[in-house]
Amino acid sequence: MSTIISPKSNFSGPIVVDPLTRIEGHLRIEVEVQDGVIKDARSVGTLFRGLEIILKGRDPRDVQHFTQRTCGVCTYTHALASTRALEDAIGVTIPRNATYIRNLVLAMLYMHDHIVHFYHLHALDFVDVTSALLADPAKAAQLAASISPRPAKAEDFKAVQDRLKKFVESGQLGPFANAYFLGGHPAYYLSPEENLVATAHYLEALRVQVLAARGMAVFGAKNPHTQFLVHGGVSCYDALTRERIAEFEGLYRQTRDFVEQVYIPDLLMVASKYKDWAGFGGTKNFLTFGEFPGDERKLDTRFLKPGIIWNRDLGTVAPVDPGKIAEHVRHSWYEGEDARHPYEGETAPAFTFMGDKDRYSWMKAPRYDGEVMEVGPLAQVLVSYAQGQAEVKPVVDTVLKALNVGPEALYSTLGRTAARGVETLVAARQAEKWLDEFKGNIGSDNKIVEDCDIPDKAEGVGFVGAPRGGLSHWIRIENKKVANFQLVVPSTWNLGPRCAQGKMSAVEEALVGTPVADPKRPVEILRTVHSFDPCIACAVHVIDGRTNETHTFKVL
Amino acid sequence: MRIAIGMGKGDHEARLEERGINRRDFLKFCAAVAACMGLDATGAATVAQTLAASGKRPAVVYLHNAECTGCSEALLRTTQPYLDALILDTISLEYHETIMAAAGDAAEAALHAAINNPDGFICVVEGAIPTAMDGKYGYIAGKTMFDICKEVLPKAKAVVAYGTCSAFGGVQAAAPNPTGAKSVADAFAPFGIKPINIAGCPPNPLNLVGTLVAFLQGKEIKLDSLGRPLMFFGESVHDLCERRPHFDAGEFAPSFDSEEARKGWCLYDLGCKGPQTYNNCPKARFNGTNWPVGAGHPCIGCSEPDFWDQMTPFYSNK
Repeated sequence: MSTIISPKSNFSGPIVVDPLTRIEGHLRIEVEVQDGVIKDARSVGTLFRGLEIILKGRDPRDVQHFTQRTCGVCTYTHALASTRALEDAIGVTIPRNATYIRNLVLAMLYMHDHIVHFYHLHALDFVDVTSALLADPAKAAQLAASISPRPAKAEDFKAVQDRLKKFVESGQLGPFANAYFLGGHPAYYLSPEENLVATAHYLEALRVQVLAARGMAVFGAKNPHTQFLVHGGVSCYDALTRERIAEFEGLYRQTRDFVEQVYIPDLLMVASKYKDWAGFGGTKNFLTFGEFPGDERKLDTRFLKPGIIWNRDLGTVAPVDPGKIAEHVRHSWYEGEDARHPYEGETAPAFTFMGDKDRYSWMKAPRYDGEVMEVGPLAQVLVSYAQGQAEVKPVVDTVLKALNVGPEALYSTLGRTAARGVETLVAARQAEKWLDEFKGNIGSDNKIVEDCDIPDKAEGVGFVGAPRGGLSHWIRIENKKVANFQLVVPSTWNLGPRCAQGKMSAVEEALVGTPVADPKRPVEILRTVHSFDPCIACAVHVIDGRTNETHTFKVL
Repeated sequence: MRIAIGMGKGDHEARLEERGINRRDFLKFCAAVAACMGLDATGAATVAQTLAASGKRPAVVYLHNAECTGCSEALLRTTQPYLDALILDTISLEYHETIMAAAGDAAEAALHAAINNPDGFICVVEGAIPTAMDGKYGYIAGKTMFDICKEVLPKAKAVVAYGTCSAFGGVQAAAPNPTGAKSVADAFAPFGIKPINIAGCPPNPLNLVGTLVAFLQGKEIKLDSLGRPLMFFGESVHDLCERRPHFDAGEFAPSFDSEEARKGWCLYDLGCKGPQTYNNCPKARFNGTNWPVGAGHPCIGCSEPDFWDQMTPFYSNK
């Protein structure tokens, strides 16, 4: 598949990366290397906050604000999951306009989150910023023009290079201080011109993400931490005005243009030089809840469909049965040995020590039917691809063709990063349709919210296809208060520890087999871990820690 | 290698141009900061001079504790100029786990180089400090967050608690506060740390930048009794709110699905906490475009201490 021989050292021994930076939250990765190849890995969540404990006894309407503070990067998705869970408990069908507005804000989040991930959290694993200083700006402009329909000027690249040069010469390297690529690194393959193009777009993307976030705020009040959802719909009557819709549309178009003309071409440019990374970092099983509903409470009305792929078999997409989810704590810092269904979970924090190889993380280990599952853009893209979805399959095929690889290349670090781009493009294109439908609908319907009361006793679930993967919130209400609340979060699936049977989590499995060229600068670990886009504040949570109650939830 | 380019040479605008900052954008930004600081039009020029003053960019160390990274995300949203201009051309952001290239030992080395830099540094803190179980609910690089802050904060020229978690404890400190999460002020008062609190969940990045500017200007930053700069937190959301005339006229929305809500009437009866909340949201706005009441949603009081307990239930004022 690839003619590149990935460099590796003769190093044997442990490597610890802590803090693992350019992620959300606090993550430590411990690996064992033998003859320059990773043989064993442990993923360690190093912070515990205890949000679910705090939710008990609260007003169910307030929950979305608490859960949104699970994460300021996955902002909005937790508020949405909590609101959907409450609406499911109430049994309310929300107005069409509310669903359009929610979908449009979520589409902007997909673009925002994935752009920031690619450029600001992941790119420096592949792009050597200092090498860009050696580039010929005219050649960089030619390169940029050859991969994108957007015009490219040598003087623009020259300006970026000059600015960068002054920055480097200042000696104050700021965020680039001690970067693994400084002084050259054998595992960085891009040419100076490719590095310059990517660096220029790293800087440009810092500005574009502001536009995407503003687009969310046009309807959602602010980003991070939107404040426009209410149970029954949305509160932003402004969203019905021509001015606000035009403002949103302008920001949407600018962001989408960047996705189509910069992000995707850059992704293909970088991927085509790192095709050896299509050979490492893969997992086997994939789970997704889908997203962008027609009817908020019906999973089968979603634009992107839910499903499961077993053992990389694209011939069959299995349905999702939440009853098969169990959470393990045998290797986590909680008391207990046995796996439990999330609704029967009991948790008592039981910290041992940092660096323990037996109980080693604040994250739990979710498993589906006893097996590890990868969630996130790759899972969604594989499910949609296997289903032959018209909006997805051609995009995947185009990417595979551009890279001259087959579908098997998707099961890798590179495939995961490419799938994120595919998902972004698909959502960005589809948002146009939702925007048109929304504009058409408000001519005859201006309702955005349905008033509804909180029931004395009820339970409900909200599923969200968050940018990092399948998210679900589960609420049980008694006496109009929260009796129990659960979050089952994407990064817990991907970044958790081993289960009771000793099976590795997705990231641990993905790391094994990865070469390491320089154990002091293990960029290869960052590449695979970052390809999951970890969100550790989301991933570390507890279930019902105070009471150890046993609960039964309905299963969809 | 620490070469200060352009120190003492030329005017600040030329230096900014050299650094690739568009003058118009930069002045717009300075005007926005100045407006938030309560300065008049000439204030913008002062802000511009301060930010471009010396060839050497002031060092900033940004620590993450028990948090959601929302404050960092808010900082990413600064505009006029954008964050790239701020971190490449204005300040030297020497440690920030969310955006820094280095990881692991290399990141640790960057932190220690920064805090031992003889020119000093400003420390911005995001997140509360877990203190239960000897701080073991939160580790970075094998050390507890408490111990890291204890090492770093006393060395800083100034400590800014950015966001409600570091300013007041935030969401993880809500009852029953399972991890003993504390604000920077509460956790480190015994070590002589008195932070400037830029509250908000998220905080408005304009309020952080404005505070940094005032500090670099050597100005006295007047604080309220909760450690918040009066220039940003001196007035209540209620007093600044564009819907205040409806409150005064007794025009209230009784529910979200009502004609009154549609007409943009006051949200007090839906739980708005604007009257008890001090912040400049209606004036500063978020993302340059909107704020919660603008989106028809009541204020939840996110810049006040213990708002998760004191201001809840959010949808009631009874």
